[in-house]
Amino acid sequence: MVKQRMQRLALMATAAWGMALGAAQAGEVTFWTWRQEDKAVYTDLFADFTKANPGITVKFEAFPNENYNTIVSTALAGGKGADVLHVRAYGGLEALAKANYLVPLSTTNVPELKNLPADALGSESLRADGKVYAVSLAGQTLGILINKDLFAKAGVAVPTDWASFIAASKALKAKNITPIANGTATPWMDAVFHSVFANPFLGPQFVADVLAGKATFEDKRFVDATAKLLELRDFMPAGFTGVDYATSQQLFSTGRAAMFVGGSFEIGPFRRANPKLNMDFIAPPGPKGAGLVSRFFDSGFAINAKSEHQADATKLVRWLATPAFAAKAAEKLGNISSLSSVTNPDPLLGKVAKLNATAMPYIMLVHFRYEAPTGSDLLQDGVQKMMAGTMTAAEVGATVTQGIAKYYVPFQKK
Amino acid sequence: MARPKRRWQRGVWIALLLAPALLVMTAFVTLPLLAALRYAFYSFNGLAPAGFVGFANFATILFEAPYSGWTLRALGHNMIVFVALMLLQNGLAYLIAFALLKTLPGHRIHQVIVFLPVVLSAVIVGFLWKLMLHPMFGVVNAALALIGIDGPPWLGNEDTALGAIIFTNAWHWVGFPALIFLAGMQRIGAETMEAARLDGAGDWVLLRQIIWPLVAPATTIVFTLTFIGSFNWFELPYVMAGATGSPGGATDVLGLYAYRMAFGSATAGLQDFGRGSALAVLMFLFLAVVSGLALRILRRREIEL
Repeated sequence: MVKQRMQRLALMATAAWGMALGAAQAGEVTFWTWRQEDKAVYTDLFADFTKANPGITVKFEAFPNENYNTIVSTALAGGKGADVLHVRAYGGLEALAKANYLVPLSTTNVPELKNLPADALGSESLRADGKVYAVSLAGQTLGILINKDLFAKAGVAVPTDWASFIAASKALKAKNITPIANGTATPWMDAVFHSVFANPFLGPQFVADVLAGKATFEDKRFVDATAKLLELRDFMPAGFTGVDYATSQQLFSTGRAAMFVGGSFEIGPFRRANPKLNMDFIAPPGPKGAGLVSRFFDSGFAINAKSEHQADATKLVRWLATPAFAAKAAEKLGNISSLSSVTNPDPLLGKVAKLNATAMPYIMLVHFRYEAPTGSDLLQDGVQKMMAGTMTAAEVGATVTQGIAKYYVPFQKK
Repeated sequence: MARPKRRWQRGVWIALLLAPALLVMTAFVTLPLLAALRYAFYSFNGLAPAGFVGFANFATILFEAPYSGWTLRALGHNMIVFVALMLLQNGLAYLIAFALLKTLPGHRIHQVIVFLPVVLSAVIVGFLWKLMLHPMFGVVNAALALIGIDGPPWLGNEDTALGAIIFTNAWHWVGFPALIFLAGMQRIGAETMEAARLDGAGDWVLLRQIIWPLVAPATTIVFTLTFIGSFNWFELPYVMAGATGSPGGATDVLGLYAYRMAFGSATAGLQDFGRGSALAVLMFLFLAVVSGLALRILRRREIEL
């Protein structure tokens, strides 16, 4: 009797162990993501996949964003993890690809890669071998979301250039409306904030000069563009150095602030938070007229090299690169597909896609997030301090340059 | 004849009882510690060990800018945390323990109230105080506004952020050292206290010259736990200031820095298990050596006093 009970217990423990490892059963492919909020959409999309590929189901498992990297890296290091993984782009992808945790993709195993433009493929490639390791999902655009109703109520025209932006902010503030919802307490938002307002002043030539080794971040153009941000402090929420990302979102979605500096990825969540929010997405102000938005590709789908279901996982990743998936995903997730052939029926996202035609890269993510200390880490730390008044724009430029010089040879000569 | 068998059975029985705890300790404490020690000597290619690099990771953390500056900054903050908690949290705990010792009316309910926050998780306490200290919606600044004070954004100001988190920690934990001190004070004989009182000792003299030397064992425990807690500080700053020790690294401590270095911040950093492990190993050595030395000195002090 006792022996039987022990055996049953051992069996149950083994089953629990198996489940804990997220092991997929035959015909089942596991998928890991940090997008917990997109579960319903993915469930719907994966049902389409199963319809097109009878006998293969997809098990969706989401983890908290802030712990996702840790969970994935720990699982992969132990030879575990999902069959198909939602992975980040650029430096975030390299960490996984360099360690040979992901299956290299080519038009041989994933012919659908030809649907993706070169810059999207580049965002999910390893620089060392030039191979693609994930199917890029979406492009994101950084700019300014505005509450059209608040602008109309205050009788303020939507700004285009820097002078009109400052004037509009002053007018909004005079009507007791917080002009800009953003605070600086959440560091990664500071890098976004910087990119949105500084890029129009920097221009594509500055990026070209940095990449050619002709300029560093101590360049006058960078220092001056960074210092422009200081003019915005008067228009941010009271105590903005203590206002975090979640609060900034609430201020905008509840109509307490007129503008939110962020990405096109905010459009969906803002609509869900307040369906009545009358939003527009505008390009940031430039010195003379509207400036350029910043753009990057943000995530992709990769195959775990240790997956025991390689064939099924490959089928899923191939399907994730089809226009059929991309169109529905773009519509349901509210983002701009990496597939240039896919257009989003949403007018606001359509407008963002148009702005993308002349976009600049989100410099630190696209070019300086491959080695430590990352450009993003250095810049966000510096901007946060500068906005708090404990660092100057010139010091921000110097700190960023010195940090990047650790691994970026052109900066070592300067 | 039966005795050796019984002894043998007893041995097996003890081994069986110890086995689960030993297994858990090995799996979750010893092995990760050994793995971290090994990783500290390796460079990492993404997430996989790439090659043995000797002490290079340690050298980077300690001597190479900007890492060395960040290490020193974090260590400095840990020291501030330790000193502040010793004075603020434990000093207050000592006084609270004395007040509770006097068994004033309502002392039992006060004992519960003082200890209550200790049972809450650091995550709950962190979120609670983050909300209370919020510059726009927080009750702290709202209360200050009532008396005409314009409160700063406590967690967003480099001058106040670390202090705000230390205060939260003290609020959370003050009941624990208070109970340890109280237990120590209750062990002092009533006749000793009575004799001191008859000799005309007031509360202050009693606290300084009678109780303080006699609660030396409690002080040893409190000092050691506060020391280890201060240099292992992670949950509260992580919840209230994020992995980057925001704003601008003003709340960065060794725990956050090691975590960030090993696992990367969610949105901007890269993972480097080698350097992260090296820092963790240094922290472990520092804690083991200093707390070991402190224990020896404090134990000697207990005897001398």
